[in-house]
Amino acid sequence: MNDAGLDRRKVVAALLEQRDTLLVVAGLGSAAWDCTAAGDHPLTFPLWGAMGSACMIGLGLALAQPKRRVLVVTGDGEMLMGLGSLATIGAQRPGNLAVVVLDNERYGETGMQKTHTAYGTDLAAVASACGFADSRMIRGNAEIAAVRSGIHRDKGPLFFQVKVRPDALPLVLPPRDGAHLKHRFREALLGEGAAAQ
Amino acid sequence: MPGKASQPYSVEAIDWPATIHSALKSQRVRQVSYVPDAGHRRLIELCHADENMTAVPLTTEEEGVALAAGAWLGGERAALLMQSSGVGNCVNALTLASNCGFPLLIIVTMRGEWGEFNPWQIPMGQATPDTLRLAGVHTLRLERAEEASTTVTAAAQLAFGGYGAVAVLIAQRMIGAKSFGEEP
Repeated sequence: MNDAGLDRRKVVAALLEQRDTLLVVAGLGSAAWDCTAAGDHPLTFPLWGAMGSACMIGLGLALAQPKRRVLVVTGDGEMLMGLGSLATIGAQRPGNLAVVVLDNERYGETGMQKTHTAYGTDLAAVASACGFADSRMIRGNAEIAAVRSGIHRDKGPLFFQVKVRPDALPLVLPPRDGAHLKHRFREALLGEGAAAQ
Repeated sequence: MPGKASQPYSVEAIDWPATIHSALKSQRVRQVSYVPDAGHRRLIELCHADENMTAVPLTTEEEGVALAAGAWLGGERAALLMQSSGVGNCVNALTLASNCGFPLLIIVTMRGEWGEFNPWQIPMGQATPDTLRLAGVHTLRLERAEEASTTVTAAAQLAFGGYGAVAVLIAQRMIGAKSFGEEP
């Protein structure tokens, strides 16, 4: 079924097109490389570790910045490790948070082993059951424009499980100094005074 | 209150959860996440009732480490409440704090160290201070209810002023050992 999956780089590039004031958290591995391939940006916080944390970083950010839109882009393996965070987000129901899971049904960085989604776990159904305002499985390129629109405008929390091909793509790496990534994000969001807070 | 006989100080004269809540407020903590513990019950209730705080129940403690990182990225301060058994759940997530220099304030109610009834609490309780130390988290021990405000304030200053990961360990002796027969 994965032969019919979408091109993850094209999906992410389309979702981040004209991102404007969007705040982005990128889960470790391929999702972070995809976001970087779309253009490294100070308002993207890419993870190199702390697997399973992406959605919760997004929640903390969404609660702190209720007037900004927050997008978490992560992979199915990273999402599976933080599955409980979907329940935690469901309990808070932040209207400004969207989660996009790029689901290639594989652990892409470690030898393409199958994840639980390959065995049938339906992440979109989990998010829906946890109380997300809208949760969908995305299989066609024609739906991506609506996903992008939803990320910027619709009342969240939103969840999109995008089926993508298990391609081994060239690495496009973001900076990996965590202090730098934190500082540039805060300065871009909060202004030059952020370092003095 | 359970376990009155084991409490060395007149804790009922001091509403220490309320003083911790006040200390968190004065330190501008806005997001308070938690996995519940009986020792945190009143503080959790105070945080839920506070219009200027967002109380975030977690499914597991490491979620709170990531929440605090996200809060700081967005310009807010967070605190994380847990029982000592939850410290072990946080270990890999704590790389967020050590790699990125995210402030992190954790308030841990200790189990497994004073009059513990449940043997399953003892291994993690005994390993809690060293686990935090190995993960790069500075620990402050809180033994006396009258020192709750100053200790939490000092920890918050270390965290948010010093960009450190700090845990306050509230002694089980101060909270009172859990006795299943007397639990409310």
